[in-house]
Amino acid sequence: MKSKYLNECGSWFLDRFPMTKLWNEHMAQYYAPKNFNFWYFFGSLALLVLVNQFITGILLTMNYKPDAGLAFDSVEYIMREVPWGWLVRYMHSTGASAFFIVVYLHMFRGLIYGSYKQPRELIWIFGMLIFLALMAEAFMGYLLPWGQMSYWGAQVIISLFSAIPIIGDDLSLWVRGDYVISDATLNRFFAFHVIAIPLILIMLVFLHIIALHEVGSNNPDGIEIKESKDPWGHPVDGIPFHPYYTVKDIVGVAVFLFFFATVIFYMPEMGGYFLEHANFIPADPLATPEHIAPVWYFTPFYAILRAVPDKFAGVIAMGGAIVVLFLLPWLDRSPVKSIRYRGGIYKKALALFVISFLGLGYLGMQAPTAGATMAARVFTAIYFGFFLLMPVYTRWEKTKPVPDRLTEQPTLEDRIPGLKKAMSKMTKDVPVEENGHTVIHKRPNPAGIANVGVNIAKKVKGSLD
Amino acid sequence: MSEQGVDNSKRQFLTTALTVVGAVGTGYIAVPFLSQMQPSTKAKAAGAPVEIDISKIEPGQLIRAAWRGKPVWVLSRTPAVLEILATDTAKLADPNSLESNQPESSQNEFRSIKPELFVAVGLCTHLGCSPTFRPETAPNDLGPDWKGGFFCPCHGSGFDLAGRVVKGVPAPTNLDVPPHRYITDTRIMVGEGSTEAEA
Repeated sequence: MKSKYLNECGSWFLDRFPMTKLWNEHMAQYYAPKNFNFWYFFGSLALLVLVNQFITGILLTMNYKPDAGLAFDSVEYIMREVPWGWLVRYMHSTGASAFFIVVYLHMFRGLIYGSYKQPRELIWIFGMLIFLALMAEAFMGYLLPWGQMSYWGAQVIISLFSAIPIIGDDLSLWVRGDYVISDATLNRFFAFHVIAIPLILIMLVFLHIIALHEVGSNNPDGIEIKESKDPWGHPVDGIPFHPYYTVKDIVGVAVFLFFFATVIFYMPEMGGYFLEHANFIPADPLATPEHIAPVWYFTPFYAILRAVPDKFAGVIAMGGAIVVLFLLPWLDRSPVKSIRYRGGIYKKALALFVISFLGLGYLGMQAPTAGATMAARVFTAIYFGFFLLMPVYTRWEKTKPVPDRLTEQPTLEDRIPGLKKAMSKMTKDVPVEENGHTVIHKRPNPAGIANVGVNIAKKVKGSLD
Repeated sequence: MSEQGVDNSKRQFLTTALTVVGAVGTGYIAVPFLSQMQPSTKAKAAGAPVEIDISKIEPGQLIRAAWRGKPVWVLSRTPAVLEILATDTAKLADPNSLESNQPESSQNEFRSIKPELFVAVGLCTHLGCSPTFRPETAPNDLGPDWKGGFFCPCHGSGFDLAGRVVKGVPAPTNLDVPPHRYITDTRIMVGEGSTEAEA
């Protein structure tokens, strides 16, 4: 009896809402390439972190006071006196950094497998808009604890607007709502942080996913799986997202949560990188901390800003560093998507780009000495060179032939015999007399190690040519 | 549908007219929405002048005060410092303060009304950090050419002890000098100039 009523309720609902259609289109009959690897975890992980930020954020607003006189103390109150407040706050602050780690890796995935290329340009654009909204969200959120770093970080970033000719000063005044960063600024940043930007983020994530499901996912081989279909019209190399990837992503989630929980419980400040030390001092409008740096996820762009010895040009360079990312789908002229079949020149360029991005990230945290500034200028040149020279070098690159169907990569199990062989090459057996017995010890074999090293170097060089 | 058929030009006119009315209406409502983010009357009124007592300032000492929520510095400069300021101008981007903000009474070589007392807004003209006071000569981190001044920890802009910016740094102009006047020899009013025009 019961199940009959339940069934009737179910069909009453389904007659009035396209639940089945949505479920099939986006989960059960959404065909994803079967060869997703490690790099394909970060999309779903970003969604997980977004949910984490929403839930913990809502809980935090229940005790936080967006008032210059009360904000700092209300955060300490959450930390010390609200039951489990410390956990909720650390989940939110660690979540912010985790969001950027996951999103940077997700974007890097796009770079290596050409996920931004035709027909996925719009997915990339929506993704970049998400990145932009995320930066605004993180920046405004960082003002809320009203510590020294909150205050002076906001002072510097809002002053960026004043570099714009003619309207700059009025614009930064309008953004602050006062002549200096003050209660008015804090209160409006709170409004933007808890409602305006999150709404925009949700909308953009929706557009990002809808656009993805329209054209289908890219994959490590950079082949369109829709081009080879079985008699029922399903891609031969595709598998339904649910249950295959929903289950696979659970593994990614478990590994992610392992690291996430480790940070929350054992190093929530991450040595000053996730929560900066100076932010445990209440905001003081009369004294800038000795050394100020933005949180780690902004430092590459901050280093570019500092590398340019002119106020307006510096702001343009920093903005340009993000604008070029938007243009990526049209800068890359290579006919091949995946790095597996691209020429050595793109691999070298990408390696240089990664080094310069990490280098800029490091320099952005350091004090601006002459040597550091010079290094930042070199890295800035490489950063822009990677994008602006792309139309030239990607047209010249010698690509490898792309297969028609997805390829099988050797699994870890397949690699074990090779690893064993390399291991035995690198060691030698040494018989040693011990108390009348002969014991065989494994000892490193310098010639073997050199041999294996040379082989690896040859392989790397071969793939770069 | 009537027998007369459809007057397409009338439809087009009505569509255009409605679009224009809608756009104008959106424009009108945008004004209060955007303007309500401007500084409130209260915030505007908070910019009252402040008085600074300088009777206890020692030679070489810097004292700080707040005006409109910004740090204001008063620096007492020794004759040795003034000597350096007068001669060491080759490294400066704007030694005569032609591009910079200061009241007329302070637009001179030492950027002050009295050479020995320097009053400035303690915010870097680059992105608004408060530079640190580094009066020492040739410290390790700032190099042998440093003859005392202000150094911005955020982006590495350097200023001399008259708040004049050195060449090749991000800050575009010298430190701002606020409108100010001497009430007595030991009291300064910041926020009011000595003439009407500077107030």
